[in-house]
Amino acid sequence: MTALLQDRRAVLLLGLLAILALAPLAAGDYMLSILITVLLQAYLGMSWNVMMGFAGQFSLGHALYVGLGAYAGGALFVHYGTPPWIGAFAGMAVSAAVGAVIGTLGFRFKVMGVYFALLTIAFAEFTRVLFDHWGWVGASSGLFLPPAANNSPDNLWLLRGSTTMFYYVALAMTAAAFWFCRALLMRRIGYYWQAIREDQDAADALGIDVFRNKMIAVLISAAMTSLGGVFLAFFNNNLYPESIFSMHRSIELMLGTIIGGIGTLFGPILGAVVLTALGEGLTILGAHIGIDGVKQIAYGICLMLILVLKPGGLWPWLRKLLRLEGDAR
Amino acid sequence: MTATTPMLTVENLGKSFRGLRAVNQVAFTVPRGDIVALIGPNGAGKTTTFNLIAGALPPSDGRVVLDGEDVTGLGQAAICRAGVGRTFQIVKPFAGLTVEENVMVGALRHDNGDVEKARAASRAILDLLELGDRAKDPAQTLTLPDRKRLEVAKALATRPKLLLLDEVMAGLRPVECDRMVAILTGLNKETGLTILLIEHVMRAVMALSHHVVVLHHGEKIAEGTPAEVTSHPKVLECYLGEDHG
Repeated sequence: MTALLQDRRAVLLLGLLAILALAPLAAGDYMLSILITVLLQAYLGMSWNVMMGFAGQFSLGHALYVGLGAYAGGALFVHYGTPPWIGAFAGMAVSAAVGAVIGTLGFRFKVMGVYFALLTIAFAEFTRVLFDHWGWVGASSGLFLPPAANNSPDNLWLLRGSTTMFYYVALAMTAAAFWFCRALLMRRIGYYWQAIREDQDAADALGIDVFRNKMIAVLISAAMTSLGGVFLAFFNNNLYPESIFSMHRSIELMLGTIIGGIGTLFGPILGAVVLTALGEGLTILGAHIGIDGVKQIAYGICLMLILVLKPGGLWPWLRKLLRLEGDAR
Repeated sequence: MTATTPMLTVENLGKSFRGLRAVNQVAFTVPRGDIVALIGPNGAGKTTTFNLIAGALPPSDGRVVLDGEDVTGLGQAAICRAGVGRTFQIVKPFAGLTVEENVMVGALRHDNGDVEKARAASRAILDLLELGDRAKDPAQTLTLPDRKRLEVAKALATRPKLLLLDEVMAGLRPVECDRMVAILTGLNKETGLTILLIEHVMRAVMALSHHVVVLHHGEKIAEGTPAEVTSHPKVLECYLGEDHG
């Protein structure tokens, strides 16, 4: 325990976790729903980061896995009353299977970089079109989850309840994802992924099974992302293919990680906080100024500034500032 | 395998790139525990031969036999696992990782992927190659000579039976070159590591190798001890031209 307390990074993390755990005591429902957005963005960013940041495989279609998870959890609940935690297994299995198809196509036929990214977009797009025409999941008119009756007690098993409950679920998922990513990165597979990311040919020459390790990254990333989708379905209670599978979501999903620092552990969390704070702050500011579109322009300028000034992301820079030495991530 | 089985036998190895014959009917053996050099003018097919042995390229014809086991066309990763460690002429460090982590990646295949054991192995190899004090630095901060050393360290970490070195002396100052020669000779003497190297720096070839194979236009034109090869008429001809006097 003393060793843990001597590690400044661990102290900061535990401190942050404690503050977040106590947040519902002070924050109202509106504030909590913003924090949920932050946590979900961080969670999804970490999921994407496994594939892009750790293993260097660029997916531009991660909304695909969000949507598959959301629809699997949502539709099974709507049609059969299946609890989301069971439905999540279906969602993760389907996402991993689709990821396996994309990975096999990409990695076996040496579709790399931008072309691989195009492949991931293509899958996300035609899945969207498919869901737009699939009656069982409500097609383009959407799928709606029955909300809980007013004042009914929180039901964690069925994920029906108050904003506070959703907040704690999101916090637990994000903390678990952080711990999981950290464990991955510190193991052999983490080193193999980074080697593949840095130079695939050199990794191959060191006896690493490049195909297998890239596939594992895709499967883990896809499954993690779809669990986020399940949460999203139950939190929002409505699903439209247009929005859940959209290119916009794919971009939004990775933006936090890019801002925070691709390949870092804390980057996705920091990025989510910064992006949400920026978005909310500018909305308030925009309302004061009263000119339409000011928010979007300012938001874009801020993102560009961050990327130009700190191309590696904010976390590597902040880490130096806080003098968190040691591990390079 | 018996002590007399050669570490590497290359039989009638050939490679064509769309009709261009880069390597033709090359055959030689690398005896267990020896240091063999592959020399020849630019474009002689040395690196292609290396890539065929290491599995980076599939041979058009011929066989590669490692320690009695046919590894022809197995692919780079499988051949590495079979016991061949290689360096790249154009160095390929994992730029974003630390020097220590670069070497750990090679070591992690052993000891069930135990990260701490791989770290210890990495430190030992880095100390041997005099890179120990750079262990925690990002690999991208290394100078070219240090990157060459890192290439050797990464290959050694895979615990090879046969080490393939592609111009690791290039760009080194004479003193550094002598250090590298001493390190490699030491490894060869102490651990019995078999080494096949491509080298242009004749100073290193002379000091290191027991046996030299000369390639020219993709074919073997001579082989023998360093002294024999350097006085061989065909070798003089390909390096200096016909009227060398």
